[in-house]
Amino acid sequence: MTLNMLKAGRTATVKGIYSKDTERRRMVDLGILPGTLIENVMASPLGDPVAYRIRSAVIALRREQAELIEVEEEG
Amino acid sequence: MTNSEAILDNAARLRGEVGGNLHDRLTEAIYSDAGAIAGRAVSAGEQTGNLEQKFDRILTSRLWGFPLMILLLTGVFWLTIAGANIPSAMLGELLQGTVYNALHGVAAALNAPWWLSGFWIDGVYLATAWVVSVMLPPMAIFFPLFTLLEDLGYLPRVAFNLDRLFKRAGAHGKQALTMMMGYGCNAAGVVSTRIIDSPRERMIAIVTNNFAICNGRWGTLILIGAIFVGATAPPFMASFIAATSVVAIAILGVIFTLLVSAFLSKTWLKGEASSFSLELPPYRPPQIWQTLYKSIIDRTLIVLKRAVIMAAPAGAVIWLISNINIGEASIATHLISFLNPFGLLIGLNGVILLAYIVAIPANEIVIPTILMLTLNLSKSGLAQTGVMSGIDDDMQIQEVLTGMGGWTLLTGINLLLFSLLHNPCSTTIWTIWQETRSLKWTTISTILPVVLGIAVCLLTATAARLFF
Amino acid sequence: MSHAETAIQCGSCASGCNTAHLAKLGIKTGNWDYVVALAGNPNTGKSTIFNALTGLNQHVGNWAGKTVTRAEGAFTLGGKKFKLVDLPGTYSLLSTSVDEEIARDFVLFGKPDVTVVVADATRLERNLNLVLQILEITDRAVVALNLIDEAGRNNIKVDERSLARDLGVPVVSMAARSGKGVDELLGAIEQVSSGEFQARPHRIKYTDDILENAIDTLATQLHGQFEDLPNARWVALRLLEGDESIINAVQTATLGTVRAANVFPPLVQLEAR
Ligand SMILES: Nc1nc2c(ncn2[C@@H]2O[C@H](COP(=O)(O)OP(=O)(O)OP(=O)(O)O)[C@@H](O)[C@H]2O)c(=O)[nH]1
Ligand SMILES: [Mg+2]
Repeated sequence: MTLNMLKAGRTATVKGIYSKDTERRRMVDLGILPGTLIENVMASPLGDPVAYRIRSAVIALRREQAELIEVEEEG
Repeated sequence: MTNSEAILDNAARLRGEVGGNLHDRLTEAIYSDAGAIAGRAVSAGEQTGNLEQKFDRILTSRLWGFPLMILLLTGVFWLTIAGANIPSAMLGELLQGTVYNALHGVAAALNAPWWLSGFWIDGVYLATAWVVSVMLPPMAIFFPLFTLLEDLGYLPRVAFNLDRLFKRAGAHGKQALTMMMGYGCNAAGVVSTRIIDSPRERMIAIVTNNFAICNGRWGTLILIGAIFVGATAPPFMASFIAATSVVAIAILGVIFTLLVSAFLSKTWLKGEASSFSLELPPYRPPQIWQTLYKSIIDRTLIVLKRAVIMAAPAGAVIWLISNINIGEASIATHLISFLNPFGLLIGLNGVILLAYIVAIPANEIVIPTILMLTLNLSKSGLAQTGVMSGIDDDMQIQEVLTGMGGWTLLTGINLLLFSLLHNPCSTTIWTIWQETRSLKWTTISTILPVVLGIAVCLLTATAARLFF
Repeated sequence: MSHAETAIQCGSCASGCNTAHLAKLGIKTGNWDYVVALAGNPNTGKSTIFNALTGLNQHVGNWAGKTVTRAEGAFTLGGKKFKLVDLPGTYSLLSTSVDEEIARDFVLFGKPDVTVVVADATRLERNLNLVLQILEITDRAVVALNLIDEAGRNNIKVDERSLARDLGVPVVSMAARSGKGVDELLGAIEQVSSGEFQARPHRIKYTDDILENAIDTLATQLHGQFEDLPNARWVALRLLEGDESIINAVQTATLGTVRAANVFPPLVQLEAR
């Protein structure tokens, strides 16, 4: 599944990143790498963007970006 | 082949050798070291962040996110309006009353010629005194409150809440942050667009920053909102209704920001919204006293200083054009009668338009200019000295505007709208040029809001004529 | 007491003496002996530290991206004059926006004598990403581990000695907003600037001979073209990654130049449309 499908309060592990160029670099610099744990903290009032906890920081990503991050939900 | 080309050629060749995704590999290497180092150094006990998370879930919830945002904004303006009322009146009594009369007393004792005391006291001094008494109290309340919200960490939450709308407009999510910087000062707001990495979206943010009401305009909105809109409500509701009208204008500014951004994204600055990532910092309990002290010393007084520096020469200009005659009437009278037909057509008047021309260097001086021009125009009806000494509270300002200036509720409402929608001040225009180095975009950013302002005012004026 | 004595004493004293000798000079930045850069992730307290050391009133705010220009101030310590440069926050040395570019250009090409990397103690791992990137390019660095009060509130303990050992540079725990750790930071800046502290900065091992050779080749070539380019190895790595902004800088021969604080590429690319 991709990150945008992760439900609020759930945690997943990053499997792969499909974004390219600058955007990929930005994601990687924030510490989104294979193996990183990501938690869906909350959605904004209109449903998009969603705030994720990534390496203890809370970072909001738009749906288009979350769709490009492959994750596997923690059991 | 130049040296540079040789380097780049070589780099391209080597890039093939070292393999793709080098950046990923490098960052993975760094993060794996970072993880190990942090693992050795950090020992985390039990997490206690739950309260904060609950708070956040409410502030950004589907149900409460937007209502709370509007409520908070209304609360800030209600406190500002209710709190500024009395100190404004006291300052007015002191500066336009006691000190003004004393200065004229001294001038009379020294046998100063009328034009000398007129120029300095009724021109330079009075404009400055007006700026201080109208601007200082609301700024001294609004700035600290806004800074407290900023220190608490609420601003990025607003950007988080609004992002969906900005995305729909083809704009960058951080544009909401630059808009909030614009609420302090548009020049600062324009500079703050540097955080937006896509040039297209940064330009949109620059062009639309003027729809964020800056500190020079809050004073106008608060005063006009209080005496024209607030006054239509029963007294105990007046401050609240006045605050609501100010908030309505601020929200209208957000709507214009979104509409114009969407328009630009579909026309001259075509493109899809690019990606963005926005960090939501932890809420930090603000240091209340330090914030109060700093925002008064650091912001209020600095902004006030700028206003005073602009007001003194403006006062001189106003006095001169009101007292130098060409033919039968003063220069001001000529200018105002020239501007009046168009002004009235769009539900304003010649005095207001002239005031906005005088106030290009600083929006802060709009209200003082309007008052001085209105009073000077009907000076015949008043004693030569002590022109302004009677006016020291809001209700008297309203009497001057409606009685002598012929203002109606429509004039008040259209001034609120025009205050939102007109050209940026000269400092902001200069900053836009500095940041973009583009004559075209500096011109568009300058002209577009006035054109919109005239169109909107014409619309309300026509509607008022048709329906009332 | 001579300056030398002051310096030694300050270097070794735990607290309470540096601030006594600190003279905040505000914006009088002429004729400095050392240039100190304040770098770090956004919203970690760089401007707060800047204000504490210079007595200036650089705006601070609780959100990432408050500072977007380079701000300069000064202070004297132990008879030496330091110019302090507050920079915009950045997550990495690979900039994507103008504010980040301003920070990156100064750290890489502004030749600071000391780089203070401000790190958020509550998000150490992410902050170390930038710390390690900066340690790749300089050994005159100090890590200011700020927001230690907030870490305490969240039951997070950071062992600064373990961190200092791993990173090979001085690490100072701080709560800049309340002034805690300012003395120790000054001591560390003084020791590093005078060369008294010999850093052995952590370096990432890429364990890849092909990569190492490629870096060497390009770095040598770069030195031939841009004579006193600092950090040629870093530039070589970016060329190998295909970093557009660096490739551009090589093409236009502007590599290694630090632009004046408020001059940067105009937005004219848009005019072409
Ligand atoms: N609790 C606590 N808060 C701090 C401390 N240092 C800074 N802050 C707060 O953290 C926030 C960010 O501080 P700044 O100094 O603006 O951070 P910055 O690194 O300059 O941020 P950018 O310019 O956006 O990169 C502000 O609200 C400060 O008041 C500290 O030691 N403890
Ligand atoms: Mg800062």
